[in-house]
Amino acid sequence: MIYREAGDFKTSYRDDSQTFPIRLDRWGYYAIMAVAFGIIPFVINDYWANAVLVPFLIYAIAALGLNVLTGYAGQVSLGTGGFMAVGAYAVYKLMTSFPDVSIVIHILLAGGITAGVGVLFGLPSLRIKGFYLAVATLAAQFFLVWLFNKVPWFYNYSASGQITSPTRTVFDQAVTGPAATAPAKYLICLVFAFALAWLARNLTRGSLGRKWMAIRDMDIAAEIIGVNPLRAKLSAFAVSSFFIGIAGALLFAVYLGAAEVGEAFGINKSFLVLFMIIIGGLGSIFGSFAGAAFLVLLPVLLKNFLVGNMGWPTDLAAHIELMIVGALIVTFLIVEPHGLARLWRLAKDKLRLWPFPH
Amino acid sequence: MGIQNGQVPFAHLINATFGTSLHHFGWTVPAVLAVALTALIMVLLAFLIEKLVLQHLVGQEPIILFMATIGLAYFLEGLGDVMWGADIKALDVGLPQGISDGIEAVTGQWFGYGFFIDRLDLWATLIAAMLVAALVAFAQYTKQGRAMRAVADDHQAAMSVGISLRFIWVMVWSIAGFVALVAGIMWGTKSGVQFSLSLIALKALPVLMLGGFTSIPGAIVGGLIIGVGEKLFEFTIGPMVGGATENWFAYVLALIFLVFRPQGLFGERIIERV
Repeated sequence: MIYREAGDFKTSYRDDSQTFPIRLDRWGYYAIMAVAFGIIPFVINDYWANAVLVPFLIYAIAALGLNVLTGYAGQVSLGTGGFMAVGAYAVYKLMTSFPDVSIVIHILLAGGITAGVGVLFGLPSLRIKGFYLAVATLAAQFFLVWLFNKVPWFYNYSASGQITSPTRTVFDQAVTGPAATAPAKYLICLVFAFALAWLARNLTRGSLGRKWMAIRDMDIAAEIIGVNPLRAKLSAFAVSSFFIGIAGALLFAVYLGAAEVGEAFGINKSFLVLFMIIIGGLGSIFGSFAGAAFLVLLPVLLKNFLVGNMGWPTDLAAHIELMIVGALIVTFLIVEPHGLARLWRLAKDKLRLWPFPH
Repeated sequence: MGIQNGQVPFAHLINATFGTSLHHFGWTVPAVLAVALTALIMVLLAFLIEKLVLQHLVGQEPIILFMATIGLAYFLEGLGDVMWGADIKALDVGLPQGISDGIEAVTGQWFGYGFFIDRLDLWATLIAAMLVAALVAFAQYTKQGRAMRAVADDHQAAMSVGISLRFIWVMVWSIAGFVALVAGIMWGTKSGVQFSLSLIALKALPVLMLGGFTSIPGAIVGGLIIGVGEKLFEFTIGPMVGGATENWFAYVLALIFLVFRPQGLFGERIIERV
C-alpha cells in the first residue's frame, strides 16, 4: 500500500525515532538525495546554477540558521544580513591571508568566527526579550555593515571598497573565482547544505533542541524546570550564527564572487531571510528549505512570466513582486502561522488516511 | 501612537510617502485639497488595514503584529511604486523655505555671528511641538484616548469593559496615518519623496525603546537624547573612525541602555509571571 505505517515494523527505539518513519517518505528522501548528488551535477548549466539552485541552497542554509534562533529558540533576530557579512568578510580575509589552506576549512572557520560575533550580540538577549530584542539586533545589522564599510583592513585596502573572491580549488576543481564551473559551485553548496541540515535536524531533536523550545515557549517556566537560560540562548545564537556565517561565506565566495557590504548584506537581506522562515514555517527544517525555494523561485518565475511572456518593464515586475511578498507574509501570518511546512504536513496526514478518512 | 496601542508604526512613513505622492497625477490639484484628500485616504487605509489584517490578529503577540506590519510595509511600498514609479519626486505644498534672514540678523547681533537656519526647519519644529502637545492631550484627557491606552495594556480586559477594539484600531491607524502624513510632507519638502523613507521610520523604534513604550514624555526625551547624541558622537568621535556613525548610533545606544534598564527611561516596570 502507498503511504502507510502498516507493515513497516520497527524493532528498536532507534528505528522508532527516525526522521522519516514512513517507508514512502524514506524512499522519497533517498531518491531526492540520489538525484541531487548523482544526476543534477551532470546536467546542470550556468543558468540553472546561478539563477536557481546555488542561491536556493545558500539561502536555505541561512534560513536554517535563522530558524534555529527564531523558530526553535524564539529569539527574533533582524541581524541576519550583518552576520552574513561577518561570514563573507571572514572567509575573504582567511582566503587572502592563508592561500594554501583548503577553502572548505576557511568556510568552516568563517562560520566559527560568525558564531563568536553572534554570541557577543546575543548577550543582551538575557535581559531583553521579544520585540525589544528584534530592534536590538538591528544594532548588529547596522553596526556590522558600517564596520566593514569603514575599516579598510577588512577589504584589504582595495580602492573600490569591494571584496573579490580569488580562485580556490577543491579536489583540483575551481569552486570560487571566475573559473569555477556550474557543477562545482552547485556541489560545494549542496554538500554544505546537506551536512548542515543533517546537523540542524539532529541538534533540534536532541536535548539542546528541547531546551531551546522550552525557552521559546516560556523562558521563566523553562528556567524553573532547570534549563539554564544563559546556555540555551547563547548556544542558539552560536549555532544560528554559525549557519548564517557559512551561508554568508558561500554567498560571497561561490555565488556573488564580488561583494559590496551595504548592497549585498543590507537590512533587506535580513528581512528576506526572515520572510523565508515565516513563509516556510517557523521551527521546521523542511520549512527552511521550502521558504528559501519559494522566495528564490518567485522572482525568477515572475520575471520569466511578466517580462518574458507579457513584455512588461522589469521595474514594474520588481514592484509587483514586492506587493506579492508583502501580501503573502500577511496572509501566512493570519491563515497559517506555521507556513508551508504545516501545509505539507496536513497534506501528508490526509494522504495517510486516504481513501478512507474518518 | 501605534506603539501606544501595542502595535508598531513601521508601515506608517510608507503611508506618508504614499500620501504625498498624490500630487503628481496627470492633472494638478491645489495643495490644500490634495492634503485633505490624502488624509481621507489614510482613514480609508486605516479601515482596510483593520478589516483585512488586524481583525484576524487579535490577541497575538507583539512580535507577530510587528512582522505583519513589515509585510504590510512591503505591500504598500510595492503598490506605491506600481502606481507612481520609484523615482524621487519633488514636493512643494507651499511651506516656507530658504534661510531665515530674521534669525540670522538677531543671532548675529547677539553672538557676533549669525545662525543659518532653514525656515522649513523652524516650521517643522513648531508643527512637531504642536502635534506632540495635541497627542498628549488627546491620550490623557479624552474618552477615546483613555480607551486607547486601555487597549494597549490588554486587549481582552479592554474588550470586557466594553471598549470596541475595532473602532480604537481604526482610530489609531488613522491618527498614525495623519501624523505620518504631516511627517511625510515635511520630509518630502526637504529631501524629495521616495520610498526608501521606510528606513527612517525604523529609527523611531530605538527612540521609543530608550524612552520606554507607553510614555509620551519618554518618546520626546528619547528622541532628544538620540538626536543630540548621534550628532555629537558623529562630530567628536566620527572623524576618528571614518564617519557615518549616525547609521548605527541610535541602535547601539538603545541596545546598551536596555541591557541595564529593559523597560526604558520612563516605561512601566515589566513584571513577568509564569
